[in-house]
Amino acid sequence: MQKILFKNIDVPDARSLDTYKSRGGYAALKKALSLPPEKLISMVEESGLRGRGGAGFPAGIKWKFLPKDRNRTIYLICNADEGEPGTFKDRHIMEFDPHLLIEGMTITAYAIGAHHGFIYIRGEYNWIAKLLMSAIIEAVTEGFVGYNILNSGFSFYIDVFRGAGSYVCGEETALMESIEGKAGRPRLKPPFPATFGLYGESTVIHNVSTLSCVPFIIEKGPEAFSKIGKPRSHGTKLFGISGHVNKPGLYEYPMGTPLRKLIYEAAGGVRGGKRLKAVIPGGLSSPILTADEIDVEMDFDSLLSIGSMLGSGGIIVMDEDTSIPMIAQKTAKFFAHESCGQCTPCREGTNMIKFLIDRIIAGKGGHTDLEQILRLCRYIKGSTICAFGAAAAMPLNAMIKKFRGEFEALVR
Amino acid sequence: MKKIALNIDGKDAQAAEGDTILNAARENGIYIPTLCYHPRTKQAGKCRICVVEVKGLPDLQVSCSLQARDGMTVNTTSERIIETRKMIVELYLSSGRHNCISCEASGECELQDAAYHLGLEKSNFPVIPKDLPVDSSSPMIIKDMNKCIQCFRCVEGCNNVVVNEVLEMGFRGGDMTVVCDTNKPMGKSSCVICGECVQLCPTAALLEKKAAGKGRTWELKKVRTTCPYCGVGCQMHLHVKDNEIIKVTGVEDAAPNFGTLCIKGRFGYDFVHSPERLRSPLIKRDGEFVEASWEEALDFTAEKLLEIKKTHGTEAIVGIGCARTTNENNYIMMKFMRAAVGTNNVDHCART
Ligand SMILES: Cc1cc2nc3c(=O)[nH]c(=O)nc-3n(C[C@H](O)[C@H](O)[C@H](O)COP(=O)(O)O)c2cc1C
Ligand code: SF4
Ligand code: SF4
Ligand code: SF4
Repeated sequence: MQKILFKNIDVPDARSLDTYKSRGGYAALKKALSLPPEKLISMVEESGLRGRGGAGFPAGIKWKFLPKDRNRTIYLICNADEGEPGTFKDRHIMEFDPHLLIEGMTITAYAIGAHHGFIYIRGEYNWIAKLLMSAIIEAVTEGFVGYNILNSGFSFYIDVFRGAGSYVCGEETALMESIEGKAGRPRLKPPFPATFGLYGESTVIHNVSTLSCVPFIIEKGPEAFSKIGKPRSHGTKLFGISGHVNKPGLYEYPMGTPLRKLIYEAAGGVRGGKRLKAVIPGGLSSPILTADEIDVEMDFDSLLSIGSMLGSGGIIVMDEDTSIPMIAQKTAKFFAHESCGQCTPCREGTNMIKFLIDRIIAGKGGHTDLEQILRLCRYIKGSTICAFGAAAAMPLNAMIKKFRGEFEALVR
Repeated sequence: MKKIALNIDGKDAQAAEGDTILNAARENGIYIPTLCYHPRTKQAGKCRICVVEVKGLPDLQVSCSLQARDGMTVNTTSERIIETRKMIVELYLSSGRHNCISCEASGECELQDAAYHLGLEKSNFPVIPKDLPVDSSSPMIIKDMNKCIQCFRCVEGCNNVVVNEVLEMGFRGGDMTVVCDTNKPMGKSSCVICGECVQLCPTAALLEKKAAGKGRTWELKKVRTTCPYCGVGCQMHLHVKDNEIIKVTGVEDAAPNFGTLCIKGRFGYDFVHSPERLRSPLIKRDGEFVEASWEEALDFTAEKLLEIKKTHGTEAIVGIGCARTTNENNYIMMKFMRAAVGTNNVDHCART
C-alpha cells in the first residue's frame, strides 16, 4: 500500500537529515525550485489535496486566494497545535520524520511566495519542538532552508513557536493572535487570513499532515496522489485509533477506507472480545457513530452524508461497557474548559451544558434538562465567532440523540 | 456618499456604502437588539444577539460587523434568529446575579431591554449560582463582575478611546472577567478614574459609587450642561433628583467629547452643594469682604474701571480670561476689553 506520510516511519533514525536524504528526501524541493511557482500551485490543485486540519478545504484553492501582488509580505504557518482529543498524528510526523514537514513547508513557501514560516506547536510537545529546531538547523546548514536555498535565489526562514496550552489556539486566527503575543481569541471573519492574517499580512495556514503531503505531490506528480483514495478525497490519511481496541496506534490508509476495516484489521478489533458500542470517527468534535454505522467509508463526503465528519481522523473506539452519558460529561467538561469565552453562546452555552449534564449524572436532572441541552446544541451551532461552538454542540447533540435511552434512564 | 440597495425583511432598503447591516437596518426603522455593540467602541461581534440571516451566506451573521452589500437579502426575524436571541439572553440571566428589583441599572440596562423586547420574564435554564466578590476599592467606581456580560465595551473604551490601558479581559471561558492591570483591585490599579468604562457599561457591572442608593434611573432628571472645569467645553448631563446632582454622564453624540469625561467633570461635582461656596458678590470694605448685591457689585466695578481709565489711560487696565470657562465667555471678555474698555491687554489665567 502506498505510504505518503509514513514512508520513513519504520526506518531507524529517519529523523536525521542524512537518512532522510538517503531515502530520496529533498529531491522534491530541488524539482520544485526548477519550476515556476504557478506550476506548483496548479499541481497541488490538480492533486485534489484537501486540508487535514479538520475542515478539508482544498489546499490549491486556498493558495489561489492570496492577493496576486508578489511584492506583498506573505506568511506561511504550520498548525501543529493538535489539540483535538483523540488526535495524535502530527506529533509522529514531527517526531520521527521532521524533514518531511520542513520540505513540505519550503516547497509550499516557494509556491506561494512566503519568506517566513512559523510552526505553531502545542506547548506540551516541548521535546518535539526541540527536535524540530535541530532539524531546521540541519536543513539550514545544508541549504534546504534559509538564505538563497540551493542557490535558487529563494529564501525562506522557519520559526518554531510553542503554544501555551489552549485548544482554541488551534483555530487559525486565535493561533495568529497567540503568535502576536495576544490572548488566544479567534478573530471575527471576514477578513480572512488570505488577506488579513498574521500581523495583518496575507497568510496561508495548514495542518502538519497537509504540508507533509506536498513533497509527494511535487515529486510523483498530482495524478499519483489523486489516484489514491476517493473522487473528492484524494490521497492517504493518518488514522489515529485509540480506545478499546487491541492495537491502538496510528495507521496510514487511503481516504475512503471503511471504518470497519480500520477497527478490525488495522487496530485488531475490540479489546477482550467485547462488542462494539460506538465510535467517534474524527476527533472529539465529530458526532459519534453507533456500531451499526461503521461500514461508512472514511472520507470527507461519506462521513458528512451520515451527519458526522472526518475531522482530524482521530478514531475513538468504545466497547459495550462504555457509558455514553459519562463520555458526554467528559466532552462537556472539555469544551466548557477550553472555550475562549469571547462569545456568549459558546461561553455560557458550554458552561450551561456542563452544568446540566453534571446534574443529570448526579441523578438530579429532569427530562427538561435533556431538552434544554438539545436546545443549546441546536442554537449554539452557527451563532458563534469561530467553529468551536459547533465543535462543542455537534458531538453532544449526537450522543444524546443516538443514545437517548441511557440519558433517560438517569433523569427523573 | 454612494448608496446601495438591499432588502431587509422583505422591504427595500437603502444604505450608505460601507455601512454595517445593523446600521442599515436601524436607518430603515428595523429594530435589531444589541448588547456588545456601542457606536463609539464599534468593535463587537461578541454577544451575538444581533444575528441575522443573509441569503447566500452560511450560518447566522452578526449584523454589527458585517458590511451591507448591494443586492443583499437580509432576514432579521426568522425563528432561528429569535430562538438564538432568546437563548443568549436566558443564558445571561442564568449565569450572572441579575435581580433587577433593586439594581442600580434597572431602567437603563441594555440586558433588561433585550429581555423585555424578546418577551422574556425569566430564564428557562437553571440559574448557575455566581457569587464573586464586589470590588469597591476604587473611590468612585463599583466593579461587580456578577453583573458583567463580557461585552468588552469597557475594555475597548479604556484601551482605544481614552487609551489609559488599564482594563483587559482576563481568563477564559466561564471565568472570563474584566481585570485591572495584572488583576489588581481597581483602587490599587493604574486606573485614573475617568469613568469611561462606567459610561460604556450596558449593565450594572460598573457603577458610579456615589450614586448608589441615591435614586432610581427614572427618578433622575437629566440636565444638559457644559463642564465648568476647563475650556474644552465637554458636554454633560447632570442627573438630578430633588435639586441634588446624583451623577454626571457625558453626552454621547455631542462634540467635543462625545461621551468621554475626565475625573473632574464626571466625579468632581460635590462642590456644587458645598456651604462654603460663594453665593453672592463680595466687596472689600475696610479690609473685610462684605456681601453685596449684583447691582452694587457691577456698579462698583464699572465705577472703578472708569476711574482708572480716566486717571491712568486704558493701557493701565488688563483683562484676564478664565482658562476653565467656555469659548463664548472668553469671547465676550475679549470683546468687552477691546470694545468697551478700549485696550488690547487681554490674556488668560493659565499664562499669567
Ligand atoms: C476550535 C478549533 C480548533 C482547531 N484545532 C486545530 C488543530 O489543533 N490543528 C489543526 O491543524 N487545525 C485545527 N483547526 C483548524 C484550523 O482552524 C485550520 O482550519 C487548519 O489549520 C487549516 O489547515 P488545513 O487547511 O491544512 O486543514 C481548529 C479549528 C477550530 C475551530
Ligand atoms: S465560539 Fe467559543 S472559542 Fe470560538 S470565539 Fe466564541 S467563545 Fe471563543
Ligand atoms: S444589570 Fe440589568 S439585567 Fe442585571 S440586574 Fe441590573 S438591571 Fe437587571
Ligand atoms: S464590565 Fe460592563 S462594559 Fe465591561 S465587559 Fe462587563 S458588562 Fe461590558
